[in-house]
Amino acid sequence: MAEPSGGDPVLRVERLFKRFGGVNATDDLSLDLRRGEIHALIGPNGAGKTTFIGQLMGEIEPDSGRILFEGRDIAALSTPARVRAGLARTFQITQLLGEETALGNVALAVQARQGHSFRFWARAGADESLRAPACDHLAAAGLAARAQVRVHEMSHGEHKQLELAVALASQPHVLLLDEPMAGLGASESRDMVEALKRMKGGLSILLVEHDMNAVFALADRVSVLVYGRIIASGTPAEIQADAQVRAAYLGEGDA
Amino acid sequence: MAPVVTGQAASARRNLWLGALVAALAALPFLADLAGQPAMTSLATRIVILAIAAASLNLALGYGGLVSFGHAAWYGIGGYVVGVLYRHYVSGDPFLGLSVGTDQLLVTLPLAALVSGLFAAVFGALALRTSGVQFIMITLAFAQMIFFFFVALKAYGGDDGLIVRRRNSLPFLDTRDAATFYWVCLTLAVGWFAFMGRLVRSRFGAVLAGVRQSERRMAAIGVRTYPYKLAAFVISGMGAGLAGALMANHARFVSPDMMHWTQSGELMIMVILGGAGTLLGPAAGAAVLILLETQLAALTEHWQIVLGPLLVLMILFTRGGLSGLARLVRGGRDG
Repeated sequence: MAEPSGGDPVLRVERLFKRFGGVNATDDLSLDLRRGEIHALIGPNGAGKTTFIGQLMGEIEPDSGRILFEGRDIAALSTPARVRAGLARTFQITQLLGEETALGNVALAVQARQGHSFRFWARAGADESLRAPACDHLAAAGLAARAQVRVHEMSHGEHKQLELAVALASQPHVLLLDEPMAGLGASESRDMVEALKRMKGGLSILLVEHDMNAVFALADRVSVLVYGRIIASGTPAEIQADAQVRAAYLGEGDA
Repeated sequence: MAPVVTGQAASARRNLWLGALVAALAALPFLADLAGQPAMTSLATRIVILAIAAASLNLALGYGGLVSFGHAAWYGIGGYVVGVLYRHYVSGDPFLGLSVGTDQLLVTLPLAALVSGLFAAVFGALALRTSGVQFIMITLAFAQMIFFFFVALKAYGGDDGLIVRRRNSLPFLDTRDAATFYWVCLTLAVGWFAFMGRLVRSRFGAVLAGVRQSERRMAAIGVRTYPYKLAAFVISGMGAGLAGALMANHARFVSPDMMHWTQSGELMIMVILGGAGTLLGPAAGAAVLILLETQLAALTEHWQIVLGPLLVLMILFTRGGLSGLARLVRGGRDG
């Protein structure tokens, strides 16, 4: 098993709190993402995983706590500013431009990465500096053959792959994946795991996922989130052996 | 892949069609004379001018998903630039100490677009802080504010508006000739539609299409959408101002009626009837709406009772307005 390069967290979360009414969605959550590792975040439905990603991306404002990205507190940064700084996410419920082609979706993200878009005359569709990298990202996500297909004509699994390609196009240092396997068939899941394996090392990935096979195949470390709290954190082997985790989550009644 | 090749062939065929359409439109004054109906040229001029205004609204509404219910304000302001400059030109009175009066179309048109764009920038900057129904209501409210301002503006005619006794002049051309003025308007319309065509396929257009489909996605790829929405709104206002300036010349009259909310509504109907988010839809919508209005008005004074249901039926059953209808007939899917 590949050991993560120790120390030097690229993303550090310190004592994050978020309440919605009477519910502690995020309850004293602290977590490190080391450079180059895949850190899986698992937990039952309603544990606050998506809320946590929303806070990392600046879509939801935490009540208290700090988020340090590459050593810098990013509380003041808007979502687009965080993306430009090198954070990117995929959505569990896919957020794609339905009328555009797969290529169009990725090319727009490449375009956004290249700077401002106040260019009113030249055809974006004919711009090789957008098309070529977009094709590469599509290929990396396993969608090379589907570039010209419109999003609303693609399958759910392809939407998940496209989410990944779009996120890659913003050339992130840290990628937050919100249940990339959810709703995928067995072979699609395998493809997704392979795609993520190929990216391993070059990127730091926080992987929120229910699919335990995928988690244990990919993760360097695993943290378990229950009711907004991290109840355990460690290597996949440690987590599998942890009695508390087995009781709370892995579905083994007596511990 | 196959779609790319057929896409090029389709675009060549499309250019051919567009060329033929422009040639036919350019020949219209001759045909009107032959048919012994010179009034047709004047009617066509009105349609061409409103097509510019509708195409401008379409940039915000159809492509950007910004449902502006106050576009007549920018249209009317463009008209007033012509009217006010003409008033000063005739009287020789200075405006804020400057002698600004002019009757030169080459000055009044760009100035009208500029002033309308400026107003659109100020009010758009505020209105775009909201979205959805709030945005519709606030654009309507701003436009009504501007409407009542001009109603109260007695120095420039108030309710009665301003008469432009002679059309603005152009070097070497006689704009008083109906056919000449029609060709001037047609040339500007072709230019404006060409600009819109390029704009929506540019990088800016790609962002605008993204804004319409998912603001959340745009944020997630690192795009702050506000400046792009504002730019689209301003360009849209400039086009409406240009159209208003042409209309003031065509009708030789401006009044607050140009910016009444029913005028905003008519522009919206043109866009939706023709097909929001399609290049030529607004032109088709303008033509059909104006022709229906004039034909029905000749038949009965209660023409609106007929027009209303007719529009509802067309929009309900064509799915995407006239552009949707054209798609259904062709059996294709490319607007």
